[in-house]
Amino acid sequence: MKTGHGVVSRAVVDRWTSASRLAAAGVIAMQVLLTFGPFVLSANLVDRLTTLFIYGILALMWNALAGYAGLVSVGHQAFFGLGAYAAVRLADAGLGAYPSLLVGALLVALVALPISSFMLRLRAGEFAIGMWVVAELAHLLVNLDTLVQGETGTSLIALQRFAADDRRAYTYWAALAAMAALAWIVFFVLRSRLGAAAQAIRDNEEAAASIGVRVFASKRLIFVLSAFGCAAAGALWVATSITFQPKTYFSVQWSAYMIFMVLVGGIGTYEGPIIGAVLFFAIEAMFGATGVAYLVGLGTTAMLFALLLPRGLWGEVERRTGWRLLPIGHRLRE
Amino acid sequence: MIWINQILQGLLLGGYYALLASGLSFMFGVLRIINLAHGSLAVVSAYLLFVLADRFDLHPLLGLIAVVPLMALAGWVLHRLVLERSARAGALVPILATFGLAIVMDNVLFEGFGADTRSLAPYIDTLGYGSWTLPGDISVGYLSVLTFAVAVALLGGLHLLLRHSALGRRIRAAAEDPDTAQLVGVDARSVHAIATAIAMMTVAVAGAFLAMRSTFDPYTGPQQLIFAFEAVVIGGAGSLWGTLLGGIVLGVAQSVGAQINPQGFLIAGHAVFLGVLLARLYVAGGIVRWIRSLRAHAA
Repeated sequence: MKTGHGVVSRAVVDRWTSASRLAAAGVIAMQVLLTFGPFVLSANLVDRLTTLFIYGILALMWNALAGYAGLVSVGHQAFFGLGAYAAVRLADAGLGAYPSLLVGALLVALVALPISSFMLRLRAGEFAIGMWVVAELAHLLVNLDTLVQGETGTSLIALQRFAADDRRAYTYWAALAAMAALAWIVFFVLRSRLGAAAQAIRDNEEAAASIGVRVFASKRLIFVLSAFGCAAAGALWVATSITFQPKTYFSVQWSAYMIFMVLVGGIGTYEGPIIGAVLFFAIEAMFGATGVAYLVGLGTTAMLFALLLPRGLWGEVERRTGWRLLPIGHRLRE
Repeated sequence: MIWINQILQGLLLGGYYALLASGLSFMFGVLRIINLAHGSLAVVSAYLLFVLADRFDLHPLLGLIAVVPLMALAGWVLHRLVLERSARAGALVPILATFGLAIVMDNVLFEGFGADTRSLAPYIDTLGYGSWTLPGDISVGYLSVLTFAVAVALLGGLHLLLRHSALGRRIRAAAEDPDTAQLVGVDARSVHAIATAIAMMTVAVAGAFLAMRSTFDPYTGPQQLIFAFEAVVIGGAGSLWGTLLGGIVLGVAQSVGAQINPQGFLIAGHAVFLGVLLARLYVAGGIVRWIRSLRAHAA
């Protein structure tokens, strides 16, 4: 098509808009405000918010994996459980309880590296259940450690050295810091070349490879990041609940929770999983006590969203309004 | 002698895994869908047979006369309501939808039947505990042999159906290229739904043998899915006879593993699965490269 010389394209490529600047400022202000939580909020609320932050981490990680790298895993409880186990093991070996959480998560990320080199060669459904097998194997191997005492489990005894109120506050800050840090890491990774590469892979792997996207390296980085995040979440979970029972930590329910949060919030959107985590948190608070019926409800909702509203709530909002609160893409403006 | 026994028992166990995996393998081969509710559906049919046996005193193998058509219908509905819609939305959506379905089914079963473990073994008399004794004091259970025979018959039947029947031709055409198949008068939609129904018929049979040979509870499904999946992948995804081989490899590995360590049953199974994957990715690639380099030298 020919364009006349007189018509100069006035299209401008934008990343930040005034709305998104405002949103980002709001997020930072919120994170700073939340830091004061333990000083002003009740003990119960502090505990609940800690749980919410952990859900937030899980949703962010699963979304980075599925929504941006196109890798659906139903086995990320492997890293959740291993993170908790690593923390317990390190604390038992004499490392401080809180450093153990971070070092443990880093070690799990290291373990995820060799796992990624062959799991990532599997496609779609094979990858999904393959990861589940990895989780089952990790569970069985952790059970072999005498420290864990099989399904009876053990606890993070090192935490008993702290007074209950201090422990609550420290765990809260650790969870908040982990969530905020991971959220910003995901934000900047997705904005980088690598994020664009990952999305290109998700949309069409062959086409992406043909224009020189380093498919494997991009997938691997996001996979290892998600393993690290889930491990940190598991370690934090053991810090809030103290007891470590392999069966609860390696349960496939964690995958169900992650899928629920991401699908309902909006897979492949940056804001979606955070909204999903808040919703999941509220639903659990209201219906969690109903047990089985609650799980039926979660499964049904996730299925209906997958079938009828695959963009999720935030994806729908984006489509209808064009809002991008935290910009990871570019937009073209006339 | 004890090892020969373990290997023989593992081989027969492999027959069960092949039976369990046949539907998963068929669906993967024909529809390119991995149904994560596969194990849970087998458990649903186990409960249906249990209700028939418990309330109406119906032998589980006779109960199959009612349950197989019922599961076929369920498969047709499953395809029309869930799989078809989700497959249109991309490769990832069927995984999510069937995973959600599995969670719903497991928990609904728990609501209905509670946490009690059940078994159909009490309803099948000598078939459940009878066995032949081979030289060397190796005993071979009636049920294990029947399971193996049914697995071979079922896989053979599916193979014949796909290769040598008009329906099989339509299924293969729709699997190869749905749009072109549509052009030559194959209704791809209904062919896919029929294929799902056939897969669910095998799931009904697998559920019967699951319930006769062991105990089950509402949350048995996911474990069965993993076994079936391992058998399919070890044998080479989408190949029916490969699935039989995969089931046998898995069964023998578990059986030998159990002999080494009480925890070894499951660990050995998962380890063989990952080992086969690893070997396929690296050794196979290496061998291909080696052959290429030989050819290059020759030329």
